[in-house]
Amino acid sequence: MEELMEILQDLHPDVDFETEEHLVDDKILDSFDIVSLIAEINENFDIAVTAKDILPENFNSARALYALIQRLEEEA
Amino acid sequence: MLFTSYEFLGFLAVLVVLYYLVPKRCRWMFLLGASYLFYALAGTEYLAYILFTTVTVYYAALRIERNADRQTAYLKEHKGQLTKEEKKAYKDRQKSVRLRWILAALLLNLGILAVVKYTNFAIANLNGILHAFGEAFGKGESRQFSFLDLALPMGISFYTFQALGYLIDVYRGTVRAQRNFFRFALFVSFFPQLVQGPISRFGDLSQTLYAEHAFDKRQVSLGLQRILWGYFKKLVIADRMLVGVNAVIGDPEAFQGAWVLVGMFFYALELYADFTGGIDITIGIAQTLGITLQENFERPFFSKSLKEYWRRWHITMGTWFRDYIFYPISVCGFMQKFNKFSRRRLGEAVGKRLPVYLSSFVVWFATGIWHGASWNFIVWGLGNWAVLMVSETLEPLYDRFHQRFGAGGTGYRIFEVLRTFLLVSALRTFDCYRSVPVTFRMFGTLFRARNWNILWDGSCLGLGLSPLDYGILAAGTLLLLAVSLLQRRGSVRERIFAKPYPVRFILWYGLFLTVLLTGAYGVGYDASQFIYNQF
Repeated sequence: MEELMEILQDLHPDVDFETEEHLVDDKILDSFDIVSLIAEINENFDIAVTAKDILPENFNSARALYALIQRLEEEA
Repeated sequence: MLFTSYEFLGFLAVLVVLYYLVPKRCRWMFLLGASYLFYALAGTEYLAYILFTTVTVYYAALRIERNADRQTAYLKEHKGQLTKEEKKAYKDRQKSVRLRWILAALLLNLGILAVVKYTNFAIANLNGILHAFGEAFGKGESRQFSFLDLALPMGISFYTFQALGYLIDVYRGTVRAQRNFFRFALFVSFFPQLVQGPISRFGDLSQTLYAEHAFDKRQVSLGLQRILWGYFKKLVIADRMLVGVNAVIGDPEAFQGAWVLVGMFFYALELYADFTGGIDITIGIAQTLGITLQENFERPFFSKSLKEYWRRWHITMGTWFRDYIFYPISVCGFMQKFNKFSRRRLGEAVGKRLPVYLSSFVVWFATGIWHGASWNFIVWGLGNWAVLMVSETLEPLYDRFHQRFGAGGTGYRIFEVLRTFLLVSALRTFDCYRSVPVTFRMFGTLFRARNWNILWDGSCLGLGLSPLDYGILAAGTLLLLAVSLLQRRGSVRERIFAKPYPVRFILWYGLFLTVLLTGAYGVGYDASQFIYNQF
């Protein structure tokens, strides 16, 4: 989770990812952010986030994103 | 049958009455019949196209889902019996079967779209290249291919995208396939949105399209009011403005310099009133029938940047391109490798942007050509791409500027809104002049203009619009602006609905009379086709 938080903070230092629950719904993360984020996550966690995983519910919070990473790690 | 024709109003009136007369459980079937009748009235020869898309996508989706279900059942049945490698090999085999089905359906349907929409564009370009070669090598007359007589089936770009969006969703497992063929046929052909969208998602529309809608006076009233508001935008503003647009844009030799600016703003207003008015009519019809369609606009001309504008204009098209083209390209294996490569070679700052810019290029090229088979639209699309990428690259610089000079107050926000409107309008100009070189030439004349006096010396009265027309346009535009400002606090119709009956009566009857008396029809006018019909 720490590693993910670092990636998120690098992307948007001004956002409190600990508490924010509507990153996509509130348009804090846009499509460019999501694509940049996926490139970082794929490289750091050695997984492959695909287009079908790009759903608001997977990217709305750091917790949801971490759950996605864990699921993909298990599937890999 | 145009939305603005008397035939359509008659069709709609009969449809709404009969819809609420047939038993509730049969209403979706009635809508399917009405949608096919609407389509047949546009040309029976086009029925084959929409039927082909419906059948191929329906069948491919079922096969894909059957395969996915079989895979899940097999893995569950053999849980603990397969090694990791065996499991992976099995999954890969099944995935390739699903991939074959989706590729076949995509190729067939995009192939048809490409043939009917782009063949003559390809021939025109080929002829141009052959002609240039002929001239360059002094061979005199070069061989020229003749154009094909291909008519574009109504709404093909919209229903193809809607159906393919559903297919991709089934492939991704985000929606279950629709097993009832006729229900699926209604999803593809639902008549109000066939003409110009919005491009609905199956997951959203299926929630409301097949439901048993009881007659709800409130919903019907709100729906009819929205239809009336749509007609106001279309007939009172857009079609009146069209006269001025045609005069200025249609004769680039005569209307240069400051006239380009006039044409640009006239076209921006016309397109806004035309397209949002059409969508108001579409969503209003659906609401009258108890069906909820996704909103396609969110007061786009209040956007502070081009990026924000594209989140608020033609929303369903933008999200379609994002979800089904931009994301898959951006996160595919090749792009991930390219990302690593470019970051290694060019450094973090530039390297990580390059793949995103490349994916965006593909999306904006596709967006351009989706709008029409001409270089005008391609240049318009790529113009948007260029501005967006420059803005994205310079964003840190803007942020520093904003912090340094404390920009962010109301005055600065108004400046940003006006700047975005100007930018959007300038880019849109590529759509309307007859060719890209003419557009550039016209922009050139704008900077050499010596005729700014036309803006106030009465020359604008020579465009076929009378002082009364300008008065109606000004009042109509102010009303649009006022309603947009009021919409920031929620639905205006809902608020009017809560008012006492006399207030509601005066407001809606007043709007009805305005459309009736000042709508652009009758002598000298011909209610025109919606601009987005042709896409």
